Amino acid sequence: MTAGVTIEFNGLSKTFGAVQAVDQLTFHVEPGKVTGFLGPNGAGKTTTLRMLLGLVKPTSGTATFGGVPYAKLPVPAATVGAALEAASFVPGRTARNHLRVHASAARLPASRVDQVLMQVGLAEAADRRVAGYSLGMRQRLGLATALLGDPGVLVLDEPINGLDPEGIKWIRGFLTALAAEGRTVLISSHLLSEVQQSVDEVVIIAKGRLAHVGTLASLDAADTLRVVVNSPEHDRLATALTAAGYTFDQARSGLVVHDVEAIDIGRVALAAGIPLSALSRHRSGLEDSFLALVSGGEDHA
Amino acid sequence: MSSFLAAIRSEFLKVFTTRVWWGLAIILFAYVAFAAAGAALLFANIPGAAGSSGAGGAQSASEMLTQPGLIYGFATSIGYVFPVLLGALATTGEFRHQSLTPTFLANPNRGHVLAGKVIALTGVGALYGVIALLASVGLGGGALAISGIDPQLTDPDTWALIGRAVLAMALWGAIGVGLGAVLPSQVGAIIVVLAFTQFVEPLLRLAASFSEVTASIGRFLPGAATDALVGPSFYSMMSTQQDPLTWWQGGLVLFGLAVVVSLIGYATTWRRDVT
Repeated sequence: MTAGVTIEFNGLSKTFGAVQAVDQLTFHVEPGKVTGFLGPNGAGKTTTLRMLLGLVKPTSGTATFGGVPYAKLPVPAATVGAALEAASFVPGRTARNHLRVHASAARLPASRVDQVLMQVGLAEAADRRVAGYSLGMRQRLGLATALLGDPGVLVLDEPINGLDPEGIKWIRGFLTALAAEGRTVLISSHLLSEVQQSVDEVVIIAKGRLAHVGTLASLDAADTLRVVVNSPEHDRLATALTAAGYTFDQARSGLVVHDVEAIDIGRVALAAGIPLSALSRHRSGLEDSFLALVSGGEDHA
Repeated sequence: MSSFLAAIRSEFLKVFTTRVWWGLAIILFAYVAFAAAGAALLFANIPGAAGSSGAGGAQSASEMLTQPGLIYGFATSIGYVFPVLLGALATTGEFRHQSLTPTFLANPNRGHVLAGKVIALTGVGALYGVIALLASVGLGGGALAISGIDPQLTDPDTWALIGRAVLAMALWGAIGVGLGAVLPSQVGAIIVVLAFTQFVEPLLRLAASFSEVTASIGRFLPGAATDALVGPSFYSMMSTQQDPLTWWQGGLVLFGLAVVVSLIGYATTWRRDVT
């Protein structure tokens, strides 16, 4: 294995005609961690990764592996292993032959083919044509292709998409183990919930722009408390809350009061003699923070 | 190993790890065998057949049509479409299956990839040449022998023709790769190849033969250049060419065509963003 290097994005931009697909992205992805590259569909994730891998030419800016662009790496596949969502396979070729072709083109030893087939659990299906593969098996084959060069950097576009629950559990452990070996692991997803159990760092983009960079925990900072309260005497409760100086939103499940503790609302109701049918405290959660960041990006546009 | 040698090796591997190449090879063999043996049997048995007209001095139609070179030339005159198709499929398949992504990830030097493909398909084209000649010489020659005509297999000229025919098929494989890069739509490329080789070019050659000026341009049509390289075919006998190209000029025309279409393909579709 080659050592993991830092992936560096510097003012990376891409325009397709009148569409600004990627706009001035600058961030680093460090070795030894799993970094989630998140954003809704169409946010520019795939275009960004394709520019990183030399498949799409940036309009401006650079994306490098420790300062070296992909195409300038001496044996690219030995430094960086990549699996892209649209990286489809010639359906008439078997998985083993697909890997043999890739190994010979990338100047990697053919002996690696059997090893990676074992590693991703495709050894038994290796001599079947890819046309008969499920999406989950194609994901595994993509991952096997990326691992052929035993690279220090892994760039995987939506690697969890299409996996069954068992496969999801497997890939989470697999990616964590790869990062623990000191590799740089960058995985993209449009769902935070899909990757939040496996990523250490998150990079969130929306409409081609950077919305947030930090640890997974840093998303919690944007987290707020809220209390949901309800009563059969709904109008009296609303009046009492207003009188006590609280503002609230109307929701189907009751009244939602932000930035308070449940006990405060309980006291207001008790003082006014209002019976409660519900009183509960909620954290907004990572997913809400994620959605807020992503839609925040939309507001700028 | 350099990235260029790696590209050639993996492009060969690509051809031989799917079923298209031997599917086309079987059809090529059957088609050429049927045409060569059929023509040999048919023309050897028309009235006033071989062996009976020697006294008159003038060649009979039968003698003219059963020259072994003409029968063996079926390998290229009707077979050349197969290496072109295989070559075109080798490039258009990369676009169609979006396999350009893994291809360029494995080797980001796109010029090396395309050149590797051209060279690999030149090799496979030569293999197709051998297969087509096995059909035309083996079965066509056998049919001649049965009909009492000397298949001239000990004649060095026959073997020179066989060698030039293999070269022609190899060059057509290279042309196919370039063509596929110019026309990345697989269906589009197949239609263009079939329409041009089976219909447009034969008509053009016939039409060009009506005046001297057009005839001198018509010599450079790819099919005409193939005939110049390999030897006369039924097409070239139908059109009365005053001054056909020499064999090496014909070979240069095909080589030039392969280089030009490959360069155009490289400059246009091959360097585009792969999205």
